[in-house]
Amino acid sequence: MTIAYHALVGFIVLNVVIGMVTYVTLLERKFAARMQSRIGPYYVGPRGLLQPIADALKLMLKEDIVPTSADRWIYNLAPIVFLIPCILIFATLPFAPGLGVADLNIGVLFFLAVSSLEIVGLFMGGWGSNNKYALLSAMRAVNQIISYDLPFVFAAFVPVLLAGSLQMSVIVEAQRGLWFAAYPIIGQLAFVMFLVATLAAENRVPFDILEAESELVAGFRVEYSGMKFALIQLGEYAHMIGTSFLGALLFLGGWLGPGSDTPLVGALWFLLKAMLVFLVVTWVRWSFVRIRVDHILALSWKLLLPATLVLLLITGFVVAVRGPHAG
Amino acid sequence: MAETLARSTVELGYGGSERLTMNMGPQHPSAHGVFRAILTLEGETVVAVDAVIGYLHRCHEKLAETLTYVQYPTIASKTDYVSAMTAELAYVGAVELVGKIDVPKRAQYLRVICGELQRIASHCLWLGTWCMDMGGALGGGATIFLYAIRERELILDLFETLTGARLLYGFHQVGGTRYDIPAGWAQQCRETLAVITQRLGEYEAMLEDNAFFLVRTQGVGVISRELAEDIGVAGPLLRGSGVAYDLRTAAPYSSYEDFGVRVPVESAGDCYARYRVRMAEFRESIRLVHAALDGLPEGPISSRPGVKSVGQVRIAKGEGYSRIEGARGEVGCYLVADGGPKPYRLKWRGASFSNLAVLPHIIPGHKIADVVAIMGSVDPVFGEVDR
Repeated sequence: MTIAYHALVGFIVLNVVIGMVTYVTLLERKFAARMQSRIGPYYVGPRGLLQPIADALKLMLKEDIVPTSADRWIYNLAPIVFLIPCILIFATLPFAPGLGVADLNIGVLFFLAVSSLEIVGLFMGGWGSNNKYALLSAMRAVNQIISYDLPFVFAAFVPVLLAGSLQMSVIVEAQRGLWFAAYPIIGQLAFVMFLVATLAAENRVPFDILEAESELVAGFRVEYSGMKFALIQLGEYAHMIGTSFLGALLFLGGWLGPGSDTPLVGALWFLLKAMLVFLVVTWVRWSFVRIRVDHILALSWKLLLPATLVLLLITGFVVAVRGPHAG
Repeated sequence: MAETLARSTVELGYGGSERLTMNMGPQHPSAHGVFRAILTLEGETVVAVDAVIGYLHRCHEKLAETLTYVQYPTIASKTDYVSAMTAELAYVGAVELVGKIDVPKRAQYLRVICGELQRIASHCLWLGTWCMDMGGALGGGATIFLYAIRERELILDLFETLTGARLLYGFHQVGGTRYDIPAGWAQQCRETLAVITQRLGEYEAMLEDNAFFLVRTQGVGVISRELAEDIGVAGPLLRGSGVAYDLRTAAPYSSYEDFGVRVPVESAGDCYARYRVRMAEFRESIRLVHAALDGLPEGPISSRPGVKSVGQVRIAKGEGYSRIEGARGEVGCYLVADGGPKPYRLKWRGASFSNLAVLPHIIPGHKIADVVAIMGSVDPVFGEVDR
């Protein structure tokens, strides 16, 4: 019974996520278009609403090209290896009380551990393509993701410490009085650092040195076409949304809001907050220029990592003195 | 001379670290057309660059020998298609110099107006593409690009009203200009410039207050004053390296001496200095257009109105070199005439061509990301490089 139930919920969440990913691309394109005084997708369907469907169809129909000199096994496996952790992170994200696949007692840890696995897929893609641009990109990917996973994890651990639990639902309930994003100084700083680390972990401008289309054309996915490209794209956006969800859960009080006792209203609040995080990240993306690889590493190791460590230490003291922040 | 070595002296032997040779171009998002840079990399660092050009060669100089003085100005604009007005002017100026043809004052002022508007349009495109090189077509660079293109469109609208064309104009003709400004154009022009002046402030606020932009441009791609003079770079590159040299003041043509052109100079020689120079040139060009519109004299627009056939303009035997300050620097045209309706020989001096020669001297030692930033700051137009 429970296995069948979890499988069903998992199936639903998977499809919801994929549907959301498809439409989040439209949201981002429309948002970027407004920022750039353009209109954005407009012609496919009413007001461009069918654009993501058309994009997906186009990618499915495209010819799948495997370069003759590519390492076929690694090349073909990479999109899947990349996609799986990106989708798997949704397993422990509750949308509302009781609405989610599994509310593990180590939810945050699971998320952080699984999401950092995507690097394996990235590296396989970059290596297996047997392309110099892709190789350089894979090299950058390893550099960057290792550097930014640490501050990302430390920033995410601040709410964990404050709430005294790794379980998502407990963390959310602890924010009933005060969102951690608004928690004086510690929470605010942690939220900002979390956003910065998010940008880097998601490989978005200004940290998109992996893709860096003006230097490395398209980075590790330069040789991918058709459905494999679509899978990579899907994985990337899934990761992005997953991180936005995590941000909303850890810092913005998840599903809490007026009327959130009804699960559906709670889920709505949660999605709204997650989209807010997503749009902030998108806003940054479309206003900054990319920074150079050495600056990115310096920013992580010399500034962000020590800062998050100190913050974590201070949080520890605060919690030791005041006890966990209860809702 | 520069510390770094030029193409001819770089030995690609085993240097103790693993090296990777990578082609950047001819098809590459940042190639600005068709430029091929063969980079030798040690990790992310470029140790040598071999610049290959010639992918856009269209026999412009030979073509000039087959077309008459009436026909060629339109084709001349295709050498530097981003700054077509100034390219035309260089050719027409050479013919007028060799043929000793007078240009009415009104036509000279019209040439100044169009030349400066073209400089603004060209710099708009430069700003956009350069930021896109640094920021990516999927990032903040694209935002600046679209903003800059929006302003360029306003200028192109002006040109369209004036000549009917948006990219290659055929505005100049030997002896003057082909079109006079239509009614209301001056007003439209002033309004456009007011909009652009205001938006320039927005760009500067968006870029100069952005630490990431500064870190990408300051101290990157430094051209020392000595190197700039040795290589013979021109235009904003030269002025960004501390040399106050601008043909509009050094060798005024087309009545530029009437306006008292102020030449912006920066001494740092890096990408940021070149950016500052071009931003100052935006404002100076806007001022010049206003001044030329204010002082626009009445009178004929051409000393040879109503050309009846393409072979009608003939100039006496002789030769001469006319040069003008294009958006990218000195655009020169050496013309040998044999008394017929067509040039005997024509030689173009493209500003981008000599500016590009500085790349192998300044790129080695930088990261890959800086290569595109430096290339963009040079602002090459490959129509002008390969001709």
